[in-house]
Amino acid sequence: MGTTAFNAEFEKPIVELERQIDHLKRLAADRQLDVQEEIEPLEAKLAALRHDIYRHLTPMQRVQVARHPRRPFTLDYITTIFTDFVELKGDRLYRDDPAIVGGWARLRERPVVVIGQQKGRDTKDNLKRNFGMAHPEGYRKALRLMYMAERFKAPVITLIDTPGAYPGLGAEERGQAEAIARNLEEMAALETPLVAVIIGEGGSGGALALGLADCVLMLEHAIYSVISPEGCAAILWKDAAEKERAAESLKLTSDDLLRLGLVDEIVPEPAGGAHADPAEAAANLESALAADVEELVKVTPDELKRRRTEKYLRMGSYLEG
Amino acid sequence: MAWFLKDRKRRKALRERLEIPPDAWDKCEQCGHVDLSENFDRALQVCPECGYHRRISARRYIEILADPNSFIELFADLRSVDPLQFEGYPERVSRAVKQVGPQDAIVTGYCTVTGFNINLGAMEFAFMGGSMGSVVGEKIARLATRSLEAGIPLVIISASGGARMQEGVLSLMQLAKTSAMIARLREERIPYISVLTNPTTGGVTASYAMQGDVNLAEPGALIGFAGPRVIQQTIRQDLPEGFQTAEFLADHGMVDRVVLRSELRDTTARLLRMMQGLPSAEADD
Repeated sequence: MGTTAFNAEFEKPIVELERQIDHLKRLAADRQLDVQEEIEPLEAKLAALRHDIYRHLTPMQRVQVARHPRRPFTLDYITTIFTDFVELKGDRLYRDDPAIVGGWARLRERPVVVIGQQKGRDTKDNLKRNFGMAHPEGYRKALRLMYMAERFKAPVITLIDTPGAYPGLGAEERGQAEAIARNLEEMAALETPLVAVIIGEGGSGGALALGLADCVLMLEHAIYSVISPEGCAAILWKDAAEKERAAESLKLTSDDLLRLGLVDEIVPEPAGGAHADPAEAAANLESALAADVEELVKVTPDELKRRRTEKYLRMGSYLEG
Repeated sequence: MAWFLKDRKRRKALRERLEIPPDAWDKCEQCGHVDLSENFDRALQVCPECGYHRRISARRYIEILADPNSFIELFADLRSVDPLQFEGYPERVSRAVKQVGPQDAIVTGYCTVTGFNINLGAMEFAFMGGSMGSVVGEKIARLATRSLEAGIPLVIISASGGARMQEGVLSLMQLAKTSAMIARLREERIPYISVLTNPTTGGVTASYAMQGDVNLAEPGALIGFAGPRVIQQTIRQDLPEGFQTAEFLADHGMVDRVVLRSELRDTTARLLRMMQGLPSAEADD
C-alpha cells in the first residue's frame, strides 16, 4: 500500500522505509534509471522490519492496529471475498442505520447473508457511518436479515468492527439494550449456520450483538474486549493514561481469546497487518470462511442450535465448593 | 482566665438525653423526609413521604417475594476465580465477600409464591456493583436449566452495573450464555419475569433483564444500556429530566409496567398464575 501518514509510533520505521523506497522509485521513473538492484534489498529489509515489529506488538499497540484507519473494513472484505452483493437497507421499523451494512451475496457461489459494522474512511464518511457505532435500528436491521437467511436456508456471516454500540439519547430512547438483548436471544435459536468474524475492533455488547455464532473467527490483529482499554483505565485507575496497563490486563488479543476458548479460530494476517496487504488478508479470510461454512451447512438446524447453546453454556471460569 | 478559654461543658445530643437509639430515625435520601426507621422498614424501604424506592439487598427482595420460609438457596458454593490474572481482582472479590457475603452478585434458589413453585434469582448490587462475571452467568444458566427441566417459572430481579470488567470477554460471554438459556425457556413456553431495579445497566440490561415475557421495573430505577455519564461525555450536553428512569422506559415501550415494591409480589404472582393457567390465588384458597 502507499506511503500515507502512519497512525502509531511503532509504525514510524516502516513508514520511513516505505517513503525511501517510493522516493527512489519516483526518481528512477523521472530519470529513466534502472534502480532494481538498489530497491530489492530495501524491500527485503522492509519485509523483515514489518515482520519483526508486528511480532512484538504490545497489547495496546495491537489495539492501535485493530483501529488502524487504513485497515480493511467490512465493505472492503465484502467486495473482495464475495460476489453478487446486493445491499439491503432499513429495519422496517424506524430507519436505515448506515453503521451496519448487510445483504445477500455469494461466497464461492453459495448464497449467504453477510452483515457487518462499517466504519468510515474519512471524517465525512465517519459522520455517515457514525464510526461504526450502531443505533438500535442497526441491530434490528441485522436481525431482520438473519431471519431472511433462516427462511431461505442460507448461512449468515457477520463481520465485526465497532468501538461499541452508540451511547446516545436516541439510541437509549429506542432501546439499545433491548435491541442487543433480542439479537442475542434470537441468534441463539436461529435455525441456520452463523459464522462471525472479528475483523478489527470487537467492542463489547455492540460487537457481541452480531457475534453469537456457531463459529467465531478472529483476525490475527483484531481485538475483542468487554470495555475499551481507555474506559477500563478511567474506571479502575481513574486515569485514561493507564490504557497500556488496561490493555494488558483485559486479555483482548486473538491469542488470549483463543487460549481462553472464547473464539474458535485465528485468521492469519500478512506481515505488517491486514492494511499492509489487504488482498492477502482477504484471501486468508475467504478460505477460512469457506471451510467453516462448508462444514456447518452439513449439520441439521436442530443439531446446530444444540451445539451452539452447549458451546456458550461451557463459557465461564469459576470454582465450585 | 479569658472568657474564650473557658472550659465549656459539651452538650449532649438531644437523642442521647432522651435515650433514643441512634438508628431509631431515618432520613430519605431523596426528599429529606425524616421518619421512624420502623416506618421506612414497614414500607419496604420506600419513603413514606415521596415514594423513593431505596436500594435493598437480594435477601430482602427474596423475603418480599417468597412465601414465608419457603426459599431454599441453590448453587451457593460457586466462587469467582481470577481467570485473567487481573490486577487487584482477587482482593476486590475477597473484600466484597467479607463485606457482603459469599454469594457473589446474585442469590439463586427456589421458593413458592402464593403457593406455587418458582425459581428465583435476586442480584446483589452491593457485591461489586452487581457486576456479572462467570459466577453470575453460571448461576442464572443453572437456574434457567432447572426451570426448563422442572417446568417451573423463572423470576430474576436485576440490579447491576453490567459485565464485570475483571473477567474480560469471559464476562461478555455471560450475556450470550444467559440469552441462550432464556431462548430455550421461550421455546419450551416456560414463563420468565424480569424485574429491573435501581440500577440496571450495561450487559445485564442488554441480555436477560430485557428478555422477560414480562419486564417489570421499580419506580425511579435507572435503566439503560450506557450509563448517564458515558452518554453525557459522548454527546456533550445535559441529559433531559427523567431520562433512563423506569417511567421513561415504560413510556418508550421497553418495560411492561412500573410496579411499586409493595405490589411486586402480588403482580408477579397474578401474572405467573395466569401464564401457567392456574386458578387465581383467591380461588385457590
